[in-house]
Amino acid sequence: MAKREDRIIIRAENVNFYYGAFRALTDVTMDFETNRVTALIGPSGCGKSTLLRLLNRMNDLIDGTRVEGRILFEGRNIYDPEVDPVEVRRRIGMVFQKPNPFPKSIFNNIIFGPRLSGVSGKGDLEALVEQSLRQAVLWDEVKDILGQSAMMLSGGQQQRLCIARALAMKPDILLMDEPTSALDPISTAKIEELIEELKKTYTIIIVTHNMQQAARVSDFTGFFYLGRMIEFNVTEKIFTKPDVKQTEDYITGRFG
Amino acid sequence: MEEKRHTSSHYERELSAVKQGLLFIGALTEKAIEQAMASLLERDTALARRVIAEDDRIDALDMEVEEKCIRLLALRQPAARDLRFITTAIKINGHLERIGDMAVNIAQKAIFLNDEPQLKPYIDLPRMAEMTRGMIQNSLDALVREDIPLADEVRRVESTVDCLNDQIFRELLTFMMEDPRTIHRALLIMQISKNLERIADHAKGIADMVIYMVSGQSVRHQYPHTDDGNR
Repeated sequence: MAKREDRIIIRAENVNFYYGAFRALTDVTMDFETNRVTALIGPSGCGKSTLLRLLNRMNDLIDGTRVEGRILFEGRNIYDPEVDPVEVRRRIGMVFQKPNPFPKSIFNNIIFGPRLSGVSGKGDLEALVEQSLRQAVLWDEVKDILGQSAMMLSGGQQQRLCIARALAMKPDILLMDEPTSALDPISTAKIEELIEELKKTYTIIIVTHNMQQAARVSDFTGFFYLGRMIEFNVTEKIFTKPDVKQTEDYITGRFG
Repeated sequence: MEEKRHTSSHYERELSAVKQGLLFIGALTEKAIEQAMASLLERDTALARRVIAEDDRIDALDMEVEEKCIRLLALRQPAARDLRFITTAIKINGHLERIGDMAVNIAQKAIFLNDEPQLKPYIDLPRMAEMTRGMIQNSLDALVREDIPLADEVRRVESTVDCLNDQIFRELLTFMMEDPRTIHRALLIMQISKNLERIADHAKGIADMVIYMVSGQSVRHQYPHTDDGNR
């Protein structure tokens, strides 16, 4: 296997982030390996979601924010002025906490992005819809109702549709911000199962408040507290014998 | 280092109950060894029978502690130090239960020996028994204090107990060669010695688990270096 260094797809380097005068991230340096699942954990307000959103320039959309440091995606700083944020977001997709399908048909939800970025031709689009839905393990459940509104799907199905929609853009990285916090245990299990499958093709970075979920699905875990990355380690190590006492206190519930 | 408490005080109490349970079983096994040895040294068969009867209590507590641990695993999904503590507790519990059984074995042999004339004065056996009792006590103290040096000390004493067992074996061999009528009694004494040696093994097992619990490093199947090169 290649050295870890060669398998880094995206890296946060000395990143500071401010919401106005409030410093939400302090000097975060962190590497994400390709085709691996990295979980970001920590108490509310620790900066984990902020970091996740920095990785595809989602925070650009919030006024009064400022980034210092670099986010290197395949060696290039995505915050360089000449980089197109839309292109960044095409390569680095995102799935949110609550399923947010468009009030359109299942079919149109999937092709919305690809069509905007120039994919046309009925055959191409149909193939893309099937491929994306299969990857998100939703195809068998919806293949006969593609024309129906996405809003009639269950919460778990909607979330898998959102994952399929993100995959339709053929991203390299999938960012997931608490993707199962609004789902029941069975839908959660399906998404977790899906993550296992998806990491063969994609790099996944997931923010979760469910520590058992981080333990189940991730290969690496970063623990954040008060805007700093306290510990980054192999997930198994984090959950059996973390190197930093603060991490241990948090994951065993001795915090606050 | 002062340990932070869990946000859930119930969880904290449940973990503490497991630890208290282990210490209680530990105290009972120490008493069982002491009384089993007294039944031999003082030729007190009634006491030996009490030791055998009392083992039911150790067995019941063993089940109780194990159930508590399984419950914690199922309901709390423990991680890190809590996970290491609970897995350690399950193993320590098993070691203690076996130590109780060894004390029963000793008491059973004492009953037979008490029916016959004493073969020889007991010198090394009481020393071994004292050492093994000390090992149990120290291994459990090490658990409570999370004390790796003390656990290491227990691991070192184990090799001394082994040496005593070998010595008793050689000594009894000479008795048996000189006079075959001593064979039955000599074999019983050998078995007692072997049981004490097994108790020392279990106490070392407890110490090994304490080291794992504190450091996350497994030292089982590794033997401490001793000055005389024995293991």
